[in-house]
Amino acid sequence: MKIERRDFLKGVLGGGLLLAAAADPAAGRSPGKEPPPNAVGILYDATLCIGCQVCVGACKQANDMPAEHTGPEPLWDNPRDLSAKTLNIVKKYGSGDYPVKDTVAGYSFVKRHCMHCLDPACVSACPVSALLKNPDTGVVTYDKKACIGCRYCQIACPFNIPKFEWHSATPRIVKCQLCSHLLAKGGISACCAACPTGASLFGKVEELRQEAKRRLAMTPGEVYDFPVAALGSRESQQHRAGRYIRQVYGESEVGGTQYLLLAGVPFDKLGLPALPDESFVALADGIQYAIYKGMVYPLVVLGGLIYMIRKGEGGKH
Amino acid sequence: MAAPTPLNKRIYTWNFWACAAITGLAVFFIIKRFFFGIGSVSNMSDGYPWGIWIAYDVVVGTGLACGGYAMALLVYVFNRGEYSPLVRPALMTSLFGYTLAGISVMIDLGRYWQAYNIFLPWRSNFHSVMFEVAVCIGAYVLVLWVEFAPAVLEKLKAEQLRTRLNRVIFVFIALGILLPTMHQSSLGTMMLMAGYKLSPLWRSGFLPLLFLLSALLMGYAVVMVESFICQAWFKTPSEMPLLIKISQFMPWLLGFYLVVRLESVNLAGNLALAFNGSLQGNMFLLENILLIAAFVILVRPGNRAQPKMLFLAAVAVVLGASLYRLDTYIIGFDPGTGWRYFPSVPELVITLGVVATEGMAYMWVVNKLPVLPKAEHA
Repeated sequence: MKIERRDFLKGVLGGGLLLAAAADPAAGRSPGKEPPPNAVGILYDATLCIGCQVCVGACKQANDMPAEHTGPEPLWDNPRDLSAKTLNIVKKYGSGDYPVKDTVAGYSFVKRHCMHCLDPACVSACPVSALLKNPDTGVVTYDKKACIGCRYCQIACPFNIPKFEWHSATPRIVKCQLCSHLLAKGGISACCAACPTGASLFGKVEELRQEAKRRLAMTPGEVYDFPVAALGSRESQQHRAGRYIRQVYGESEVGGTQYLLLAGVPFDKLGLPALPDESFVALADGIQYAIYKGMVYPLVVLGGLIYMIRKGEGGKH
Repeated sequence: MAAPTPLNKRIYTWNFWACAAITGLAVFFIIKRFFFGIGSVSNMSDGYPWGIWIAYDVVVGTGLACGGYAMALLVYVFNRGEYSPLVRPALMTSLFGYTLAGISVMIDLGRYWQAYNIFLPWRSNFHSVMFEVAVCIGAYVLVLWVEFAPAVLEKLKAEQLRTRLNRVIFVFIALGILLPTMHQSSLGTMMLMAGYKLSPLWRSGFLPLLFLLSALLMGYAVVMVESFICQAWFKTPSEMPLLIKISQFMPWLLGFYLVVRLESVNLAGNLALAFNGSLQGNMFLLENILLIAAFVILVRPGNRAQPKMLFLAAVAVVLGASLYRLDTYIIGFDPGTGWRYFPSVPELVITLGVVATEGMAYMWVVNKLPVLPKAEHA
């Protein structure tokens, strides 16, 4: 077969159109989503965290999670990272043995658990709605009665939060659900209730964002009031304001999250990746939506196929 | 062209028992998995939640099983009836490939006993790519069984049922083209959700298009490879004239695929990553060199007329496109937290068991059912 120049150009042009069509759905979507009306979350301030891990223990107690032994002897709970037994963990960033806290050359703590994204990839990925975002509080919850264990949520989560019970015959996905069982009783998440310094602060997302802005506006080294446990609680402590990185992590990352972080060390050093403002859900969703909206295109194609096959059959007889 | 007939040769040969032994070992590990969890037999982890059971058995496996889809497209949509002797063997491999992919999924699903939740409307998540893929593949397995049924009914001499089925089979043929178009492209969309965890050498908005094209490429290439192998092993008549015809449009398909594949990486400014000597870069090069080699062979009509060259090119397409899929799901995927993945021995044995089961089923069916063209007497 001889490839004519004109045909080749036609092919390239057609290809280009397809390319444009495939790229289009991603465009025109505004980055970031508005939080649900009563969205609640946590503001973690690494400059206030003393690394005591009381929150890790309180989380285990509140959620009936087993101790995790990683040392040579099974004496106490010492998880190394989030796992199927650990929903919440405090990790440490360290550079050499320079002792100054919250500096790049020194060290910093970071508390990791589910971010409760405003546009959660896990919820979009889950084929059976086992992961859902509460329309009121915005908490991302898990239902083992729905889950089929496909682990697509683990692939999709940009923060690698959902964990799987690899050594169980009836495995579940395990992740922080912001103590929704305590919220239902009017309480707050166990990690915030237990935190002795107010480093983990529970509250409404809008108010937490304002609180984060207030802290970024503080003069480093000056003494200020910091609320403890929850925003609006009666308890507060006085601390010197830290030297914050000028960023509230979670304000815009992948469309924004309900877990917000402040720190004195760049977030990528704390294991929190630099992420675009647009959630990865948007692109995949856009393409799926463009092709499958109302199943119109697939049905049209099916009709066309049936017509062509019948026509072909008619020719043969 | 000879009508399809059972080969009626010895089934239980040395090959068959070798396959049976591998399957037996695989069954042992599968039982272990159901009692002690997936972690007891596999190296999958929270960083690499999908291993070869998904990447090979399902993603590559169903791609290799696209022969039925690719041939049906040719015969029924482009109305090229002359290819019909290739349809039935292609359908059969599709049937095996997809059925076994379905079984692999059930081994891989952590909470397999709740798998039916996908089909409960109040549980279904229409936004989920996984939902679309699962429903489409499930439906396609059923469609394949119906499409293949005439071969079984012929054997059972159930003429009345066969005539009745023939009256409505066009619906199933149409679905047999629509469903793979949908889920094969969605297998690409699926990994878009991995976001930055998927290397820019594979991540692009063109994943759905590239997966669809790779499915077609693999479909035609597998039909060719299968035809050559049957000819060598079962002494079925040569189908060279038909294979030459199919190979005429392979360069077009391959060329289009390669332009999209390479340009999508290049336009995003990421082509330099291919040459940084990393595993990801090298695998990217290997995957595309295989396909470029096939393109170079197939673009010359003289080469297409030579069985050896055609066979080589088809094998290169199968390997290159399979590698593209494996790379997208495993090599190109890095959760970025120090996790590593290489399949464990039991994990590999289970995958090999799936392949071996397919081999046994193939040997049994071609000998018992009218699928392959009548053998030339040797």
